[in-house]
Amino acid sequence: MPHVTFIEHNGTAHTVEAVIGKSLMEAAVDNSVPGIDADCGGACACATCHVFVAPEWEAKTGTRNEAEVAMLNFAAEVKPNSRLSCQIEITAAHDGLVVHMPDGQH
Amino acid sequence: MNDAPAPLGLTDHEAYSLPLDKIDVSQGRLFQNQLHLPYFERLRREDPVHYCADSQFGPYWSITKYNDIVAVDSNNKVFSSASEFGGITIRDRRPEVRRESFIAMDAPRHDDQRKAVSPIVAPQNLARMEAGIRERAGKVLDNLPRGEKFNWVEKVSVELTTQMLAILFDFPWEDRHLLTRWSDVATADIAAGVVKTEEEREEILAECLAYFTRLWNERVNADMQPDLLSMMAHSPATRNMTPDQFLGNLILLIVGGNDTTRNSMSGSVLFMHRNPDQFAKLKANPALLDSAVPEIIRYQTPLSHMRRTALEDQEIGGKVIKKGDKVVMWYCSGNRDDTAIENPNAFIIDRKRPRQHLSFGFGIHRCVGNRLAEMQLKIVWEEILKRFDRIDVVGPETRVFSSFVHGIEDLPVIISG
Repeated sequence: MPHVTFIEHNGTAHTVEAVIGKSLMEAAVDNSVPGIDADCGGACACATCHVFVAPEWEAKTGTRNEAEVAMLNFAAEVKPNSRLSCQIEITAAHDGLVVHMPDGQH
Repeated sequence: MNDAPAPLGLTDHEAYSLPLDKIDVSQGRLFQNQLHLPYFERLRREDPVHYCADSQFGPYWSITKYNDIVAVDSNNKVFSSASEFGGITIRDRRPEVRRESFIAMDAPRHDDQRKAVSPIVAPQNLARMEAGIRERAGKVLDNLPRGEKFNWVEKVSVELTTQMLAILFDFPWEDRHLLTRWSDVATADIAAGVVKTEEEREEILAECLAYFTRLWNERVNADMQPDLLSMMAHSPATRNMTPDQFLGNLILLIVGGNDTTRNSMSGSVLFMHRNPDQFAKLKANPALLDSAVPEIIRYQTPLSHMRRTALEDQEIGGKVIKKGDKVVMWYCSGNRDDTAIENPNAFIIDRKRPRQHLSFGFGIHRCVGNRLAEMQLKIVWEEILKRFDRIDVVGPETRVFSSFVHGIEDLPVIISG
């Protein structure tokens, strides 16, 4: 199973096992990674699973979809590499993926 | 024990015996008397997307299941919030007293106006406000009467949320009670008696507009400050609003920042009183507040519904909603949907995934102040637990006559001395 790393705003790293076919958000929630709230449970309707994808991984995580752009529009700290982790489906190619988290999820 | 459907009495019997096409959940009295939940339970089971052809608010659809509500709430292309179609409450305001605000507006104008004020609740601003919120909460709690009955709503919930709002607007402190008054006037059902006519409502809201216009004029020429008025005065998206739009956004921010948290703060005392096992758990482990706070907000559901208007035909839950139809998402029902939330009628402060509730809405109109609301509730409970052994509710609560604001007006309590 691919391993992915979530890095909190304060620098604490959490490396967890992700399940192929599930979302990156679920990898965080299922492993109790703090800082991914996922209030809507993966419906792309709340922007509380916001992450920053490390630049070298952007090619493998794809680009934001339309609903994601609309929700990220209101996040507190949006960057060009902002994604909603519920919209990234884990594949074998994601082994080693690193994402950073914002200061808070809104 | 909880707020759930009461044992079958006459009215519950009616909820289950009325023909489906006679069920009209829009009546304020149902919510005032806490009789609404059995009706919604029946609708979720028998007719989850329900058409009511005739009500005081005209015909409307009720969306009662959690997942259907998420689907409608996140489909803002089909389901409009715009005030020109009637806005975001089941009541259609008369065109002459209808006004825009960013909650009652569609993209892209909504997006720009919302972004003008949303930095007020950005993480750094929340951190900046935390100490002040704690200090004010402590002061209010320390001054409460001991060993005698008082109204928790008035002395704590209203006071703390009014103070918070005054800080957010940088509103003259000595006049802050005007904010509560305007909030109540803006949302009151005429039948509830806060105002007697729409004309009276408009007169009082005109005073609100005049007061805030004076403040605006001071701030528009001053340096930018981190308060809601300065933010609107200095943002390109909001600095040229018409007086009506300005008033619309003021009401939105006042009601959104006041009424909702107030009622969750009142509800929380009632829920802890009625669920002593949960309160005992919290006292033993105050860290559970992280999950207790979203559970309080789910259980209270301070706004019972949000309304949309269909811009095209759309199927939801097997029913076809027609272009132009009024669609009401009953958050209070989705939050009790047992296909989405386990044992939803129980108040459980350490439930799994407590943040999955509908009270803040979903999609682009999701509550902008949600994290501030949670922080206020968390802090007030942290300070309560430091000071009081328990808060006894000593009489029946009085609730608001409204199918929109799910509110508590009077909650008699005693804190032993």
